[in-house]
Amino acid sequence: MTRYGWVRLGIVGGAGVILEILCRASVIPRLIMIPPSEMLVSAWQILFSGEIKNDLYFSLVNIALAIALSVAGGFLTGLAIYSVPLLRATLEPFLTSYSSVPPIVFYPMLIVIFGLNRIPQIAIAVMFGLVPMAMNTINGLYRIRPVFLKVGRAHRVSPLASVFRIKLPAAAPYLFTGVTLAVSYSVIGVISTEFILSASGIGHQISFAYDNYDNRAMYGLVVLLLAVSMLLNSTLRYYSQRMLRRWAR
Amino acid sequence: MHARVESVTRVYPGRGGHPPVNALGPIDLDLYKGEFLSIVGPSGCGKSTLLELLAGLAEPTEGRIEFEGREVRGRVPEGVGVVFQEDSSFPWLTVWDNVAFGLENEGIDSAEIKRRADFAVGFMGLADFAKSYPAQLSGGMRQRVCIARTLVLQPRLILLDEPFASLDQQTRLLMGDELLRLWRETGATILLITHALDEAAMLSDRVAAMSARPGRLLEIIFTGWPGDRDSRIVEEARFGTVTARLWTILREESMKAMGRTESKGPA
Amino acid sequence: MKSNRALYTAAFFAALLILWQGLYFAFGPRVLTPPWTTFANAWGMLKMPDYWPDIGESIRAFLIALLIAFGIGIVGGVLIGTWRTCSEVLEPLLVNVNTVPKVALYPVILLIFGLGMWSKVVFGALHGVIPIMISSIGAVRNVNPIYVQCGRTMHLTRWKMIRRIWVPACVPELFSGLRLGFSLTLLGTIFGEFFASQKGVGFLLMNAIDLRNIPTIMSLILILIIFAVLSNSALLAVDRRLHRHEA
Repeated sequence: MTRYGWVRLGIVGGAGVILEILCRASVIPRLIMIPPSEMLVSAWQILFSGEIKNDLYFSLVNIALAIALSVAGGFLTGLAIYSVPLLRATLEPFLTSYSSVPPIVFYPMLIVIFGLNRIPQIAIAVMFGLVPMAMNTINGLYRIRPVFLKVGRAHRVSPLASVFRIKLPAAAPYLFTGVTLAVSYSVIGVISTEFILSASGIGHQISFAYDNYDNRAMYGLVVLLLAVSMLLNSTLRYYSQRMLRRWAR
Repeated sequence: MHARVESVTRVYPGRGGHPPVNALGPIDLDLYKGEFLSIVGPSGCGKSTLLELLAGLAEPTEGRIEFEGREVRGRVPEGVGVVFQEDSSFPWLTVWDNVAFGLENEGIDSAEIKRRADFAVGFMGLADFAKSYPAQLSGGMRQRVCIARTLVLQPRLILLDEPFASLDQQTRLLMGDELLRLWRETGATILLITHALDEAAMLSDRVAAMSARPGRLLEIIFTGWPGDRDSRIVEEARFGTVTARLWTILREESMKAMGRTESKGPA
Repeated sequence: MKSNRALYTAAFFAALLILWQGLYFAFGPRVLTPPWTTFANAWGMLKMPDYWPDIGESIRAFLIALLIAFGIGIVGGVLIGTWRTCSEVLEPLLVNVNTVPKVALYPVILLIFGLGMWSKVVFGALHGVIPIMISSIGAVRNVNPIYVQCGRTMHLTRWKMIRRIWVPACVPELFSGLRLGFSLTLLGTIFGEFFASQKGVGFLLMNAIDLRNIPTIMSLILILIIFAVLSNSALLAVDRRLHRHEA
């Protein structure tokens, strides 16, 4: 770990210690926040007691499905728009203003259509994540250095083979950014919808704990949620940096 | 006659209210088998366009291009290799994988692929770097990777578009020697596009000088160098003569390209 | 050529409206209201004084959140960006913190700030402040050092350097960050309103969901969408203008 890495760890650790002291000294009342150490213990207990096993499973499966659909759908959409310049011209204003509307507003409508199950939740999460993935796909394909495509033609590579052997690898960094965004948004989409209205899931359990003034459970679940999110992001970042190191000039 | 360019022009159609651009021609050029020909000319004169036409990467608006007796149009013919101006090595592949890239879809078995790639990697002095990625190499090394990648297909005509433009002068001189070695040992016909007059004069059997846009051939100069030459040919008096002649032809053309004529003089 | 593109885009939106109408025919009034009715309802809602307090509340909360996010984001980002060591330590940390789904902190914020205006303001600001800060750090650090060198060789005073080199160089990227922050803060504020208070557009939406009042749900969604798209388009136009000199 680099020197600065230690400094950062110190900052985070220091903040945690300060919080711990403030909580234990009752400067921050228990009704508002429990000490970080208790949060961690609570998270550990919840995870291993299996009491929210079903909810955890429900949320994780939803997130996984949302990621898969966002990435695949976003990629194919991006590929289609890239291949048909007319589509790009037509859809560009729509795509750029898409990010300004929080898709969460459509959740009520989807519940009414599909009922209170995982479909509206996954649909909202996909609405969050698909467009950034598509836009990064388009961007990545456009930014392929034209000389690479010329090399493909100079070696008489067929158009189909050139997609897999040249275009995809060349666009990979951007595609990866898209995947990272899709993952991030899928988590946000699934958890937000679970807060608003859901029969099951981590978000639902957090909401339930909040309503019942069960701070211990609530903070424990929040820590669990943050842990899941950090795990996903760290994995993505690790592979992303490995790839970029090869590319960096 | 290895390749021939007959009355070729290349016009880029006007777009969005702009008039069409006559980028090249009409131009006639013959390439003899096994020769080393350089083309020099001011910026924008269409040298790269000519190379792309010869390679089959672009189609002439008028005229005909032939390689080994067959017309070249829209497709890169088998037996032609191209090295581009910018570094085109694929950053996601190792040096070895880059070099072997062109062999994958030729239906060659993997033992032969390994043999040819190993040979090309060794030939270009990249054996120690076979497992490295291009990002870890210098500019000159990366161009060697691009040249090696072209070599594995055993081309009979090698087209190079200002391949050493981004390198410093001393590296250029060494790479010039490499190019001559390659030429001697493969027996291929070489067409080199360069903006450096001394490079053209030093390396080639013939040097063709092009005018400012739309590029036409102004003059072809025979250098008369022996086949076993290297960069030290600059010692010869004839080197100075050839370079001077090239500059005399091109000085006016270069000023035209820059937007000034002799009568106006310095700004 | 440009008029063609506008035509195609208009055709696309027309197709969306037709699709909407088609969904209405398929699913019926218990699920959707058709386009014309929704627009009429929304317009009616905006004219009715009953709704003005809520709309006002939302706008007020959003503007305050925006001010906080912009203020802390830009000032913090520029300061951090100016000191190299500071930015090298803090930027990766901020990028990491940004990946945390802020939704997860929603109940925590509700606990700390209670129900009411401040919860939604803080939640909204929270969404925007870190991306704006990261973007501002980038804007300052990405200023081409050549420009600074040019300024020095021309013996510019410190004030002139800031006014004539740093500011013009940073502004385009700073503004792009603000545009992004705008959308994120809007998202955060609206979501915050779902549970944090008994007033505001978000609250009206949650209420309508509970009552299954489809026409109200759809009108509110439409109002939000139109507000978001219009404001974003305006910001985009300014953004493009600021970036017009770039390749």
